[in-house]
Amino acid sequence: MHWQVIIPLALFLVIIFFIGFWANAQVRQSDSFLSDYFLGGREMGGFLLAMTMMATYGSASSFIGGPGVAYQTGLGWVLLAMAQLPAGYFVLMILGKKFAIIARKYEAITLIDFLKGRYQSNAIVLLSAIAIFVFLFASMTAQWVGGARLIESLTGLSYRGALLIFAVAVLVYVIIGGFAAVALTDALQGTVMMIGTVILLVAVIIEGGGVSAIMAELVAENPNLVSPYGADASLSPLYVSSFWILIGIGVIGLPQIAVRAMSYKDSKGMHRAIIIGTIGIGTIMFGMHLIGVFGRAVIPGIEIGDKVMPTLTLDILPPVLAGIVLAAPMAAIMSTVNALLILVSSTVVKDVYLNFIKPSAKDAEIKRMSFIVTTAVGIAVVLFALNPPELLIWLNLFAFGGLESAFLWNVVLGLYWKGANKYGAIASMVVGLVSYVYIYHFHNNVFGMNSVTIPVLVSLLVFVLVSLGTRHLASPQNDFNKKPSI
Amino acid sequence: MEDKRFKIAHREAIIGVILVLVNFAIWYGFAYGLGNQDPATYAYILGFPAWFFYSCIAGTIFMILLIVAVMKFGFTEVSLEEEDEECTGK
Repeated sequence: MHWQVIIPLALFLVIIFFIGFWANAQVRQSDSFLSDYFLGGREMGGFLLAMTMMATYGSASSFIGGPGVAYQTGLGWVLLAMAQLPAGYFVLMILGKKFAIIARKYEAITLIDFLKGRYQSNAIVLLSAIAIFVFLFASMTAQWVGGARLIESLTGLSYRGALLIFAVAVLVYVIIGGFAAVALTDALQGTVMMIGTVILLVAVIIEGGGVSAIMAELVAENPNLVSPYGADASLSPLYVSSFWILIGIGVIGLPQIAVRAMSYKDSKGMHRAIIIGTIGIGTIMFGMHLIGVFGRAVIPGIEIGDKVMPTLTLDILPPVLAGIVLAAPMAAIMSTVNALLILVSSTVVKDVYLNFIKPSAKDAEIKRMSFIVTTAVGIAVVLFALNPPELLIWLNLFAFGGLESAFLWNVVLGLYWKGANKYGAIASMVVGLVSYVYIYHFHNNVFGMNSVTIPVLVSLLVFVLVSLGTRHLASPQNDFNKKPSI
Repeated sequence: MEDKRFKIAHREAIIGVILVLVNFAIWYGFAYGLGNQDPATYAYILGFPAWFFYSCIAGTIFMILLIVAVMKFGFTEVSLEEEDEECTGK
């Protein structure tokens, strides 16, 4: 392994450390610890908001797993990946100003605070907390494994050693700096992700002798590689389209994304973030997946999908540039993990501990709890990552689908439909979760659609029917104009 | 009475839904409209198969330009803070 590759990576980690310490100094001075530690005090401007959304969303699967699948499948997988473009604008437009205004009214710090204020139901709080904990813990473990594998393959360290480096790198700044450190490092990480993508895409095209030459080579190997149906013609239009729910519009239901939609400073920032975020997500998703496809013509015969991106980078770029480009997947993984870690911690501290166990906790105690819980969750994830589960991309998607089935309609209907009540919300959550896990396990991709499609539709139907059926039971609905007690 | 800022928010959410429908139509229409023939007969633009060029490259650039225009002309700046509550119900 070249030192020239490792030095840019190490430098990147050092800068991130400094940001963490700087954010910690800010948080220590603050007089509203909870809001600052878990939400950055609602101070984000447009650039920061766009970057933290993009970096949280773009994960190991965008930089490692995705290009690997594109390498096997061809342009059809790039087409599928482009279903993610709405994640850049749709979330902020739908949750939009209403979510930000109401979150302020409720003084909500977590997504669950919003649901609690809207539905006034402890059952929803508990169910949501469990769903977030279980699914995001799984998702975090997958990202952690991805990060450690990446360091392992770059440095030649053992998996355990690599895991330790990755764990220390992430845990320190998240624990001490909280959300502000997460968002600030996300800005750096998001920038690195975009630059890395562009450098590698240009390099792959040059190495392959131009786009036309690469396409000709792909057609010569298997013409289906340049069709929208995939190498073995198995990607049906319905199947690919159903991904618009999972990785496009359904992203609204992901708590780690939704919480960001309540953390920005003003509406001007949100407008800018929509533009920057869409350009960013478009560039990364298009670029990384296309790199995977082109890589097949440039370096044929890579057997393991996850090795496609690192192998390409190390083979075609000069060492220092390779170091910068390889910082991109590191950044993607770290920026996803840090968001999940702070979210799981906020769920435990704010939604469970302060709601059910000790509502009277004093500031100093909350502070101590927050640091302890964040540390404990982080260490628990590392222990799970020691025996790494396979198939990174699918594990990650499992968490996506589960959370979307549970939260999408609770958030959207809670925001826009006056008739939405807690009975509808609970029924929809339970049905969404159970049907998703059932379909995922026993009838994967039922009716030729991604497993998330039917649970999302069924949970909508259940939500509406139950809400209408229990109209007479529900207490007068909160119309967002009065302030509930959280 | 409803906060008048919510009216703006509702309108903007509807714009979001329209944008995503336009996005999907471009993406689907070009990909499967031009891509459903024998790959050997594809037309190429700038080295890319035409379906891919229009669906994934031109379509994405078009969406970004459309979003910039919508942000400029369709979205309104409002205060998110609670002080504004006095102007509700007018």
